[in-house]
Amino acid sequence: MPYTSIFDIIGPIMVGPSSSHTAGAARIGKTAREIFGRCPQRAKITFYGSFAQTYRGHGTDLAIVGGILDLNADDEKIIRSFEIAKEQGVAIEFITVPEESAYHPNTAKVSLVDDQGSFELVGISIGGGKITIKEIEGFKISLSGENPTLLVFHHDRYGAIAQVAQKLALNRINVGHMEVARKSKGDLALMVIETDQEIPGETLADVKKIDHVYNVALLNP
Amino acid sequence: MKYRTVAELVQLACQKNKTIGEVVLEQEIQATARRSEEIWSNMEKSLQIMEQAVEKGIQEAVYSRSGLTGGDAKKLKDYANTGQSLSQGVILDAVNFALATSEVNASMGLIVATPTAGSSGVLPGCILAAGKQRNSTREQMIHALFNAGGVGFVIANNATISGAAGGCQAEVGAASAMAASAVVELAGGTPQQCSEAGAIALKNLLGLVCDPVAGLVEVPCVKRNSMGAAVAIVAADMALAGITSVIPFDEVIEAMYKIGAMLPSCLRETSQAGLATTPTGIKLTEKIHPQV
Repeated sequence: MPYTSIFDIIGPIMVGPSSSHTAGAARIGKTAREIFGRCPQRAKITFYGSFAQTYRGHGTDLAIVGGILDLNADDEKIIRSFEIAKEQGVAIEFITVPEESAYHPNTAKVSLVDDQGSFELVGISIGGGKITIKEIEGFKISLSGENPTLLVFHHDRYGAIAQVAQKLALNRINVGHMEVARKSKGDLALMVIETDQEIPGETLADVKKIDHVYNVALLNP
Repeated sequence: MKYRTVAELVQLACQKNKTIGEVVLEQEIQATARRSEEIWSNMEKSLQIMEQAVEKGIQEAVYSRSGLTGGDAKKLKDYANTGQSLSQGVILDAVNFALATSEVNASMGLIVATPTAGSSGVLPGCILAAGKQRNSTREQMIHALFNAGGVGFVIANNATISGAAGGCQAEVGAASAMAASAVVELAGGTPQQCSEAGAIALKNLLGLVCDPVAGLVEVPCVKRNSMGAAVAIVAADMALAGITSVIPFDEVIEAMYKIGAMLPSCLRETSQAGLATTPTGIKLTEKIHPQV
């Protein structure tokens, strides 16, 4: 069941005009920003399907850029997000692909870049402002972005998952949902761990020290 | 949540001798493990935002950036004030408040998506209009919002509330069904009557396509919200009179989902058919997006 709370239905409180095309887009942008962890210098946004056909009319472009600039879906500054991007020196590029993606009619890919690195995700807006992240750095996953989430990029070796789980257990952090994805056996892999408690910075640093872990990221909604 | 269908929601309410709104609130507390005060105040805040949007739309004559829509809620209010209208009373108020909310939404103003922003006028229109006539307390109106939320929760999980996936029947259709059920609770009807009202409302909006002119949530969305509100109030009155739906609500929801899946992509929020590609629709699109 994609909808788990009454406030998915009576809500969100948001700026109009479209929950899927405005609030959902803002959330996809904000999720990318939070995992990237800083303001990017360049953002490339690819719209597919209905997003590509109607993004201008729904303010999808303003909203997704607003999210990338760390604005929430109920922030009335979204209407000015292009100006804010210019003020903050963020270069924005849009690409449209009229065909629907394999995931959903409302799909967007967000690529963020700065001097220190790059990050890419694919998100879908499933209606009512709810989103699901379907790809992170090319890994196929499923992430709602509504709970604190730990992303662990690692080499696919035995014991890696157990060690991460142990660090969480030691800090009394309970795992609500977990997914693992890998490019191929023994290759690069990603753990997506949704937790019931917020994950403190020290735990994140501990996880980063584990063998075969090459990067970690945190989503604290 | 302990319910997956409207029938289960009605059954729970009857077993516990509670309203659907009370059951939905109780289930929300159990499922999310959040404090009941917090959940209640969240819904209270939604009611406030709804009231503010209606007030703004009626008093200020709000216009969208494209200029395609706006000012109609104030026009309708002024007309209603003459006392000469044909649908005076709860129906005209619901239509007027829905119009106001949808105009504020089209202007990128603050609204509550119920269940979506494109259909955000229907539920506040109906609850505030019926609440005004019945002198409902805020507590009753907040419970009615939980009732609507429960119905929408079932529709969203068993079907869809996305216009891009199921057409307008999934947005204004769902909103109208939610509002019909909520208004029956506000008027003192039984849980079963809430279900009948929801079924009657949704049945009458089945097949409604999503064909927005120039891709904007304006034409025909704004007026479809006001009509969705009118359908909801009439459906609620029919159910309160004891009229039942031959097809049970959960089966209507399933039919809505299947119809949505059969709709071609051009009628699901892509603006490639329907009103969007009428001669006037095309002319407006070219004017608004000269580069397209």
